[in-house]
Amino acid sequence: MIPLSWLLLLSAVLFCIGVVGVLVRRNAIVIFMSIELMLNASNLAFVAFSRHLNSLDGQVFVFFVMTVAAAEVAVGLAIIVNLFRLRETVFVDEINLLKG
Amino acid sequence: MITVLFVAFAAILVVSSLLVILHRNPLTSALFLVLAFCSLAAIYLLLHAEFIGLVQVVVYAGAIMVLFLFVIMYLNLGHDVESGVTLALRRGLGWLLGAVLVAEGALLITGRLAPGPATPQALTAAAAAAPGNTQQVGLLLYSRYLFPFEITSIILLVAMIGAIVIARGLREPAPAEAPAGSAPVTAAAPEEAPGEDA
Amino acid sequence: MNGAPLLWLIPALPLAAVLINLLLGDRLGRRGAGWLACGAVGLSFAWSVLSVLRLAALPEAQRAVVESVYTWMRVGDLSVDVSFLLDPLSAVMILVVTGVGFLIHVYSTGYMSHEPDVRRFFLYLNLFMFAMLTLVLADNFLLMFVGWEGVGLCSYLLIGFWYERPAAAAAGKKAFIVNRIGDFGFLLGMFTLFAWTGTLQFQRMFEVAPQLFPAGGIVITVATLLLFLGATGKSAQLPLYVWLPDAMEGPTPVSALIHAATMVTAGVYMVARTHVLFQLAPVSLEVVAWVGAATALFAATIGLAQNDIKRVLAYSTVSQLGYMFMACGVGAFTAGIFHLMTHAFFKALLFLGAGSVIHAMSGEQDMRRMGGLAARLPWTHGAMLMATLAIAGIPPFAGFFSKDEILASAFFSGHPAIWVMGLAGAVLTAFYMFRLYLLTFRGRPRLTHEAEHHLHESPPAMIVPLFVLAVLSVLGGLVGPPLQEGGHPFARWLAPVFASGAHEGGHAAAHEIPVATEWMLIGLSVLVAAAGIAFAFRAYLWSPETATRLRERLSGVHRALLNKYWVDELYEWTVVRPVYHTAQAFWRFWDTKVVDGIVNGVGVTLEGVSAVLRLFQTGFVGTYALLFTLGVVALLLHFLRP
Repeated sequence: MIPLSWLLLLSAVLFCIGVVGVLVRRNAIVIFMSIELMLNASNLAFVAFSRHLNSLDGQVFVFFVMTVAAAEVAVGLAIIVNLFRLRETVFVDEINLLKG
Repeated sequence: MITVLFVAFAAILVVSSLLVILHRNPLTSALFLVLAFCSLAAIYLLLHAEFIGLVQVVVYAGAIMVLFLFVIMYLNLGHDVESGVTLALRRGLGWLLGAVLVAEGALLITGRLAPGPATPQALTAAAAAAPGNTQQVGLLLYSRYLFPFEITSIILLVAMIGAIVIARGLREPAPAEAPAGSAPVTAAAPEEAPGEDA
Repeated sequence: MNGAPLLWLIPALPLAAVLINLLLGDRLGRRGAGWLACGAVGLSFAWSVLSVLRLAALPEAQRAVVESVYTWMRVGDLSVDVSFLLDPLSAVMILVVTGVGFLIHVYSTGYMSHEPDVRRFFLYLNLFMFAMLTLVLADNFLLMFVGWEGVGLCSYLLIGFWYERPAAAAAGKKAFIVNRIGDFGFLLGMFTLFAWTGTLQFQRMFEVAPQLFPAGGIVITVATLLLFLGATGKSAQLPLYVWLPDAMEGPTPVSALIHAATMVTAGVYMVARTHVLFQLAPVSLEVVAWVGAATALFAATIGLAQNDIKRVLAYSTVSQLGYMFMACGVGAFTAGIFHLMTHAFFKALLFLGAGSVIHAMSGEQDMRRMGGLAARLPWTHGAMLMATLAIAGIPPFAGFFSKDEILASAFFSGHPAIWVMGLAGAVLTAFYMFRLYLLTFRGRPRLTHEAEHHLHESPPAMIVPLFVLAVLSVLGGLVGPPLQEGGHPFARWLAPVFASGAHEGGHAAAHEIPVATEWMLIGLSVLVAAAGIAFAFRAYLWSPETATRLRERLSGVHRALLNKYWVDELYEWTVVRPVYHTAQAFWRFWDTKVVDGIVNGVGVTLEGVSAVLRLFQTGFVGTYALLFTLGVVALLLHFLRP
């Protein structure tokens, strides 16, 4: 059987890869994929603990996370499409409107 | 056997997700993400979370990734050339931070948490007798988590409407559309006409 | 009673109409708005009748149905439910409110037919019905207060319905502000009672009150006087009556519904509802009686000299409300509620009749430019005559029975002075009401040429309610004829509510006095009414110079009456102006210098600080993500520190 710590380590590594992806890439779509990676890392942790604690609640939460992720992707990609129409770019370092 | 499989899938997962963030071509990144999701689904199966594993394949590798690929192709983003000094600086700093984060995580897990028991107690016999994982999750979803479950349908509906409204874009008068050959707008360009960011 | 009484349906139906009206908006159409409003109130009336019939089927001792809808709030010891109480008292009230209200709604569909914004009118009218029914059916002080404030709000909105007219807007504000003074008293009284009894629920409070409060104690006296202050505001008694005459700026159906039949009687209802408390405080009862009697007489004198048809009726309403308080004050709550009911019939009829006249005259309200309308408006004339006879106290019309019972109660409870005041008020009432009648319908037409041209009888939607109300004004009093062994039917119906009282001034005493005395009193009150009427005929029909001569001889008095004793001017100089100027002074110094100074200071400081902080805000998502991660790393480092 797989030890909990291995699973958590895998989850942490996956999460960190996601973080690095968000930080180093400038393509909004790739950043989005990295965010999906982070969400999946948290899902892995949920399932691992669900297994460890012998409780299914964790899996139900994964289900909810997936729903929210799907919603988020739909809206996020719509924003990216619209952004591309307006600015003809998806590179986040060419867009600096997010300030007062 | 399970351990061997786990290590194999974990290796595929890590390598493919690294390629997601490393590859220059977003299309390739997306395809590697599919691979990562599938190997994660396999790990879920190893953990006896069959329902989640299948949903992972259907929702993530199926629906969400198709959406990604569709957008990449729709916007014709087959290339992603990056350059610039600030970018290099931030990239270096990003890798550094990532490394620190990995180190911290490892420290946290090895230092604070003892490795869990090799076999979660009281599962083997009970699991064999118990109804299937999907049935159990289903029972839980429609009993204790009924209300949140219904809420998710509203969230999805709202997201759907929101995505349609946003992606439809602003209805501008026809002359405002730039001709195909015009120079792309860059960050260096002056602020765009008022009203566009409304 | 079988099954749930579903009392909440009674106020909920008008509320539903309000919501539908709001949701559909102008898609409802003019006709639709009227139908919706009438239908909701009609259904509410039908359900009220059904509920009351089911209540009447119960044995007498159990005639109090409480229906708890849900718990509104539960804070510590305080628990307030939204719950409704149907007992004989509230039964009378809901029948009057929904019944008269329904007729007035129907009437409005005709009266407001030329009004562009008829949807808003019915919206407010339905909202008013909801609030009024909540007030009446509430089984605790707090819910009653919700209805109390709700009717006040609707009153404000409806008085100012024609808000583009400055006079209407000002009258609405005046009504609202004067009512607030009363509401303040109501609130304080409610708090006092809660502080001592620990409950706001009527029945529980009435159970514990006699043990907690010694009769005539200071606390109960103060609390009931504060409640009565609330009643004087809402029911337009001295000294807070000034808003009611101005409220006539609203549309006439509003005057009939809110400012004659229902809302202004809320104060009387409240005093009757809390009669257990009032009976523990004889001083308060005495105050109620004297304020009522003084108001009855005072307002009647002002009514003598007014020329606006609606203002005469307004002062008459104030005066009649005074009679109701007079009855409550002498302990004859039954008589007060009886008069409340008959007054609702004939005063609503008077207002609707006046509205019909105004409608026919294309908006003219000055009686000096009317006259001789009887032939042109036969239906309106007939209905108005019934109502005028009823309010003047001529048997067997409704007003006679109730007013006579009040006067008899005052006499037998040992308040001869109040009785004399009431009798004097009755003479004046008969006189000014017949003055109104004669100036409007009889004599030589004094119409302008244009008005004469447009003169027309009102549409059926207005005439039918007049007819129904006329029947009620004629027959409504027969439920309570005098000289009945064991009280008349109306008193027996209300007996379960008022029997708990320590002493029932009028009735208990009424059986110990000789029948001859009672006959004598009846004769006397009919006589004074007849005298008032006869004098009105003499002064305004047979020999008009009498009125002129009288006016010249008593020019000082006449001027005082015409100017309403300069009470408005008095309030203007003693209350309104000082408050206004003080507020001005505070605004000039405190508000612009201190308060604005603090606010602007905060703004300037923030601006300075954020000018520096803004440098961190590059607008690039990447930078933000980097800083964010930096924070996470730093936090983890902090927690991982050995």
